[in-house]
Amino acid sequence: MMTYIDIAPMEIAHKKEKTDVIRRQLPLLTVKDLNVHIQEKHILKNINLAIPDKSITCIIGPSGCGKTTLLRSFNRLHDDFKEIKVSGSVLIDGEDIYGKKVEVTHIRKKMGLLAQRPTVLPMSIFDNVAYGPRLYGTRNKRQLYEIVKHQLESVGLWDEVRDRLKSPAIKLSIGQQQRLCLARGLAVEPEIILGDEATSSLDPISSGKIEELFLNLRERYSIVLVTHTLRQAKRIADYVAFMYLGELIEFGSAHEVFNHPKNKLTKEYLEGSFS
Amino acid sequence: MRKLEEKIFKALMIGATTLIIAILLYIFYVILRKGLPSMNWDMVTRIPTGGFYLGKEGGILNAIAGSLMMIFGAVLISTFISLPVALFINFVLRKNSTFSNIARFGFDILFGIPSIVYGAFGFMVMILLGIQASLIGGMIAVALLIIPILVRSIDEVAAYVPRDMIEATLSLGATKYETLKVVYRQLMPGITTAILLAVGRGIGDAATVLFTAGYTDSIPTSLSQPAATLPLAIFFQLSSPIEEVQNRAYAAALILTVIILILSFLTRYFGNKLSKSKI
Repeated sequence: MMTYIDIAPMEIAHKKEKTDVIRRQLPLLTVKDLNVHIQEKHILKNINLAIPDKSITCIIGPSGCGKTTLLRSFNRLHDDFKEIKVSGSVLIDGEDIYGKKVEVTHIRKKMGLLAQRPTVLPMSIFDNVAYGPRLYGTRNKRQLYEIVKHQLESVGLWDEVRDRLKSPAIKLSIGQQQRLCLARGLAVEPEIILGDEATSSLDPISSGKIEELFLNLRERYSIVLVTHTLRQAKRIADYVAFMYLGELIEFGSAHEVFNHPKNKLTKEYLEGSFS
Repeated sequence: MRKLEEKIFKALMIGATTLIIAILLYIFYVILRKGLPSMNWDMVTRIPTGGFYLGKEGGILNAIAGSLMMIFGAVLISTFISLPVALFINFVLRKNSTFSNIARFGFDILFGIPSIVYGAFGFMVMILLGIQASLIGGMIAVALLIIPILVRSIDEVAAYVPRDMIEATLSLGATKYETLKVVYRQLMPGITTAILLAVGRGIGDAATVLFTAGYTDSIPTSLSQPAATLPLAIFFQLSSPIEEVQNRAYAAALILTVIILILSFLTRYFGNKLSKSKI
């Protein structure tokens, strides 16, 4: 395993692994009859999907097939666009996030989003990570420091920035910024990490680091990634969802989908007949 | 043929730019040539004495102080109104919402309204409320004049705040209000520039303050007292038949120009400093 994560004593890790095998079967996020329209266009058509807990699910498919739209609907980021209509339900821990009584901030706290390009906030490195905990009322300096340190360590950034926590986050390299964004997301203790082509603007080394982080983090989080690169999906996915023209064509374990695709379209896509 | 076209347009552009710079330099030249001889320490440290407007001694400290107080108050009032408006139409309302488009259109119209109309409007409101020409009246009228400038210029910079950054903040579970606190840091340099623009426009405007603030030879000690302003000091002295008084108008213009220059340097300096320390 990588050194990025603070690995608990072996014994506990071992026990955890066992329970994880069982927990992996349980869906954490369930999508039921999800339809999204943007003005007159039907972007997502009747999506039904159960995303398993503590694993990496990659959403693949050609450009414009609705991958990003699907990911964003998990976080209710469509709320701010009046031309986008969402119907159906998305359940997290059995709670419909589109339910009437649901607080949108409560939903979003459960999910960390990693965007295509790193989106550091205009403040210091420390404040970026501390932003979330501060929102939820952590004011104690010692406590904040511990959280920041812990999360920066878990993304392997601590040693690189420990001496300049006060300097503006924008001065970090792009790869470091993306890891900072991940640390910032983890600091609010989400259950799910959403990544929207989170490595596409990074150089190969930085994106490799992010991939390793994802592999480590799946022990504790459910990770849903939209990816353009099939190779990335093959490297890290436990489960794969293939989408085409707004429909979910196939969903299954990475092994099944990549080696024995059931659908003709999936097969053609994987063979590179279209992209 | 295409080369000739290129040459013609290049010449036109160079010509236009030179013309503007030449006019600016000429204005400076006139102000300096006519104003400098009348400039003395008394001008900026004394208020007018009895026969000041007939060429006797005194200064225009009343107008300098009045203008500075006025613009300070006006910027304070208008920022408190404009900032929430600009943030609201950009970040709280959905993108391209009908209401924000109507609001923008409204501010564009307000932007184009001549300052004398604001003056007259302010005057009418003051009569209705039974307020006399006063510092506070002038502040409000000038604030009305610069609110559209502030809103539209903050609006322009707000459009450049990356949507990704807002979504990143929202994704952490921030409410829209909490998002604004982050956006605000990003906007700081833009807001400074907007205020600078507004100060320049507000401090130099004579028509708005003519009826609303009045004119007096003393420095106002409360908001309800009338206040003199530099543009009116220029206006009144320039319409005098006495040459010495006319030249003092140029000295007043020089003072006004210098004040605007100092304010713009200060705003720019602090704007840069703010954005550097926080971003």
